[in-house]
Amino acid sequence: MADGVMKRMSLIFKSKANKALDKYEDPRETLDYSYQKQMELLQKVRRGVADVATSRKRVELQMKKLQQEGDKLEGQARKALELGREDLAREALTRRANISAQIGDLNTQYESLQTQEENLVRQSKALEAKVEAFRTQKETIKATYTAAQAQAQIGEAFSGISEEMGDVGMAIQRAQDKTAQLQARASAVDELMASGALDDPSGLAKDDITRQLEALSSGGAVDDQLAKMKLELSGGAGANKELEAGKGTSYASKSDEISDADVLKDGGAA
Amino acid sequence: MIVRILGEGQLVLEKESLVELNKLDDELMAAVEAGESSRFDAAMGALLGRVRELGSPLPVEELKPSDFILPSAHSSLDEVRDLLSSDGLIPG
Repeated sequence: MADGVMKRMSLIFKSKANKALDKYEDPRETLDYSYQKQMELLQKVRRGVADVATSRKRVELQMKKLQQEGDKLEGQARKALELGREDLAREALTRRANISAQIGDLNTQYESLQTQEENLVRQSKALEAKVEAFRTQKETIKATYTAAQAQAQIGEAFSGISEEMGDVGMAIQRAQDKTAQLQARASAVDELMASGALDDPSGLAKDDITRQLEALSSGGAVDDQLAKMKLELSGGAGANKELEAGKGTSYASKSDEISDADVLKDGGAA
Repeated sequence: MIVRILGEGQLVLEKESLVELNKLDDELMAAVEAGESSRFDAAMGALLGRVRELGSPLPVEELKPSDFILPSAHSSLDEVRDLLSSDGLIPG
């Protein structure tokens, strides 16, 4: 009967261990060399765990930042509605929905990374225990060494540790791949936020809404000021001309015009 | 007998369990060979679930090679196929 998955996999691991075992004439050399490799792997695993933790914390910050953006947009939508600008409110809520989707996306990856981190910590502890067991056995075997007996003992200890190392090595690989994916995803969101693309939750895009709202709020004040200035200047005919010319470029009479122009300008500059 | 689930650790099972596990494993192998992803996921879930149910963890300080090794949970069909086709993926 053909071997199933579980038999084949164990054979693959065993053949790997046997190949390494065959490299040395004196099995005791193999033990020392293997122990050295185990210590190296332990270092690598510890670094791997630290890397995954760093990456997880980064995503955590990223999500917090996005959450704040979302909250801000909601406040803006409310304010826009108060000012009777449903179009702006709609825009703010659309962006907020976009951000919520990004958060959801990151959260899924965050949770899976968290599981992976927990597994890696557990595996690294198991590896530590096994390396210690290997060291004890290694010393015993070397002290009571007779070639015939040692071969069998070494074979068992060696396959055992080799399997463990293979397993942990693969786990690190997986965690590193996952971390890289997540980092790429987080950077992509970062770039979007920095680029100011209008249909994405970027800092600049948000500022458009803020600016429009500010323009709306200050629109009344500007009008008042204009009226006041006009009144003041209506006395002097020469000065009046100058101001009329300046007014056209410095001020737009309606807040809508200010905001639309700003949006276009910002879109082009970003 | 000892079964290792990659990424989880080693479990000790009664030898009698092997008959049942072999059936589940045959189905898994068939799914891999057929390249049917959903069938593969179901077979993996069934086999890993049963091994976890029947097994008890081997103490971590015991250094023994496993009689059988299973892929880690959530492995994809392609990953398992790669694992079986070469030992290039196993580091160390």
